[in-house]
Amino acid sequence: MKVLYFAELKEILNVQSEEMNINSEITVETFKQTLIEQYPQIAEKQFQIAVNEEFVPSDAIIQQNDIVALIPPVSGG
Amino acid sequence: MKQFEVTHDPIQTEQYRAYVLDEHQGGVVVFTGHVREWTKGIKTEYLEYEAYVPMAEKKLAQIGDEITQRWPGTRTAIVHRIGPLNISDIAVLISVSSPHRKDAYRANEYAIERIKEIVPIWKKEIWEDGAQWQGHQHGSHKDAIEED
Repeated sequence: MKVLYFAELKEILNVQSEEMNINSEITVETFKQTLIEQYPQIAEKQFQIAVNEEFVPSDAIIQQNDIVALIPPVSGG
Repeated sequence: MKQFEVTHDPIQTEQYRAYVLDEHQGGVVVFTGHVREWTKGIKTEYLEYEAYVPMAEKKLAQIGDEITQRWPGTRTAIVHRIGPLNISDIAVLISVSSPHRKDAYRANEYAIERIKEIVPIWKKEIWEDGAQWQGHQHGSHKDAIEED
């Protein structure tokens, strides 16, 4: 899957996007746990997950070819 | 221009008024949101906006759909600028037309409230002595579903 980072998260991790390999389909909740293990510096940060440009609930399934985005609290307008 | 757009370019206002106007409409409300220099006593030097562009444009279009459902007969166009913006630059423009004015006023305010909830755009305030990304916890799956 492709993972996209924005705004504060992008600056903290110093990465805009990266490829991640997942062995099988995983839930959004499992993905978040895995990500925080890899990047403990964002454990306290708030963010939502979007899959293929749509907000999804935590029990949604992520597939290998999906585009997953970490969406920090928005502040447009 | 596109009806729902995220752009790096300065926002040219009149085309959005023209876009929503047709012979059925009796009023157009155009809102422009500008970069403010002073926020709670802190002086902003400039702002930096960032977006997840394809998703942001989809979410702007979703807001347009929500407005059509709530206020049938309205027409909406929304543009948000990203990149570095100076004081008083237009950050966002919302143009709504309707046969009678009340719907356009109400729909326009609804649009800006929804932008602040569900559109993946982020604002960084740059001050003389620092900088900070802004944002409250919105943009959840729940917020993304229209509330009645």
